Amino acid sequence: MTHRKRNLFLFSLLGLGLIALFFINISLGSITIPFKEVYSSLTGGQASKSTWEYIIINYRLPKAITAVLVGMGLSISGLLMQTLFRNPLAGPYVLGLSSGASLGVAFVILGAAFMPAFISSILLSSYGIVLASTLGSSFVLLAVLLISHRLRDTMAILIVGLMFGSFTSAIVGTLTYFSTAEQLQKFTFWSMGTLGNLSWTSITILSISVFIGLLLSLFSIKPLNALLLGENYARSLGLNFKKTRLIIILATSILAGSITAYAGPIAFIGLAVPHIAKLLFQTSNHSVLYWSTLLIGAGIMLICDVVSQMPGFDITLPINAITSLLGAPIVIWLLVRKRKMMG
Amino acid sequence: MSTTEDILITTNLNIGYKTKSEVTTIAKNLNLTLKQGKLIALIGANGVGKSTLLRTITGIQKPLEGAVFLNNKKISDYQPLELAKNLSIVLTEKLPPSNLTVFELVALGRQPYTNWIGTITNQDTTKVHEAMELTQISHLTTKKHYEISDGQLQKVLVARALAQDTPLIILDEPTTHLDLLHKVALFKLLKKLTQETNKCILFSTHDIDMAIQLSDEMIIMTPETVVQDEPCNFISKGTFNTIFKDEHIVFDSEKGKFVIV
Repeated sequence: MTHRKRNLFLFSLLGLGLIALFFINISLGSITIPFKEVYSSLTGGQASKSTWEYIIINYRLPKAITAVLVGMGLSISGLLMQTLFRNPLAGPYVLGLSSGASLGVAFVILGAAFMPAFISSILLSSYGIVLASTLGSSFVLLAVLLISHRLRDTMAILIVGLMFGSFTSAIVGTLTYFSTAEQLQKFTFWSMGTLGNLSWTSITILSISVFIGLLLSLFSIKPLNALLLGENYARSLGLNFKKTRLIIILATSILAGSITAYAGPIAFIGLAVPHIAKLLFQTSNHSVLYWSTLLIGAGIMLICDVVSQMPGFDITLPINAITSLLGAPIVIWLLVRKRKMMG
Repeated sequence: MSTTEDILITTNLNIGYKTKSEVTTIAKNLNLTLKQGKLIALIGANGVGKSTLLRTITGIQKPLEGAVFLNNKKISDYQPLELAKNLSIVLTEKLPPSNLTVFELVALGRQPYTNWIGTITNQDTTKVHEAMELTQISHLTTKKHYEISDGQLQKVLVARALAQDTPLIILDEPTTHLDLLHKVALFKLLKKLTQETNKCILFSTHDIDMAIQLSDEMIIMTPETVVQDEPCNFISKGTFNTIFKDEHIVFDSEKGKFVIV
């Protein structure tokens, strides 16, 4: 089987590439740290400068791990949605999941003033933000799904997603009008997206959430393959469609919700990465796509992070701007290509 | 009440739609029997309710009254997975865009038998290859499903149903988009499958003259009644003239086909 060999080759290439990118990501930044030093501090040894070690352990390593988690989670949620909605343009951002998460977070950060002090202190803790964000994204996904059930037309679903986006941003806009400058600043920074500044506690929570989401997705591989034939055939193959749909909704909202809570709304990764995986592996088989999407998602997020830090400069660009710069052209290119190939 | 040869029977089945305010009955008191090794054609004019009947006997839609028994068990009592091992379908709807190859598509028919992640075992691969050989599509194995012709795709979908390894296969208008050559080829394939595998195949069609020549039994739906018999008996009884309510379309029992007068 030459096909299997080709897949094996691609997987090893992606795996090695990801490890390399991980090291490059840690090594590059406003201060460039040599690979050897990165390697020795990561493997428990001593870096030749203690400041380097401090930077790596407290700043660069958490950021690289966050990038990997964010890239994997968003890409997989995009893959699940593209098959569930039978729409190549589906993704957590396009379908308004990120806007839903924003809405949840906006209520917590900006609306905290309207609530009693003890409740707002609970809500403003990292758990509260994750919960609000997950609830917000699952609310939007459920709404989109309910409407999509009536519409059947997949293009209309995307428009509904976009409408939800404008709707939530309008509510967020109204909330900002009533909030203090401090709250507003906090929310604005969050909404620009960032991979850094996460404490190890936050990373642990994020890892657990992403892990749960990825595990649920793993159990959806077989149903997703059946759904490639459409809902009716999938049912005739013994698929419990309602249960499958619930698991997929749960997985995507946990992934998109928790990631958006910590890293802010990040555009286009969830949309573009599954397509790159489909093009590279020339398959629709989700047991191949799952792993390739994971690897490519993590790798691309690491690259975006390197670009956003502008090696040699002191400034850091918002990660959302970088992913959009990279993702938007990919989406346009996909639209121009023949529709048949996608899916 | 039923013999071992009977795969699916309906008892006093009423089909139709139920909404909150009203009940629309499409056909009443259906007592149909689908037997092993038989090729059975379902015919009737557009809008007479062929799809509703198919939807009801495949368990997608609930009967208004009466029951459908598949292997002596009520179809509504089946778990989805168990039903998938007893009944496979071929639909008219277009497949969503994907990169599935012909092999992968046929192999999806094995899903009711695979483990939680859908691993294809050697036994599954054998079944898939058997189905592809029976339908003569082995040369298409590595082709993507959108690269092949409509006639070939229809065979692939039949192969997928075969790989599902069920005693009953139901096809909804499988010959719709095909030219005469491919229609005949598909009918002959279905006939061959019923003879070689002893499966029961039920299909709806508008190609009545071909169905008369090749099917073992026919189910004719008209707004008044639904009857099941062998094609030659229908010819002698003159049942075909009841299908279309138009004096210009007449069934010529000598030629065995419809003529326009």
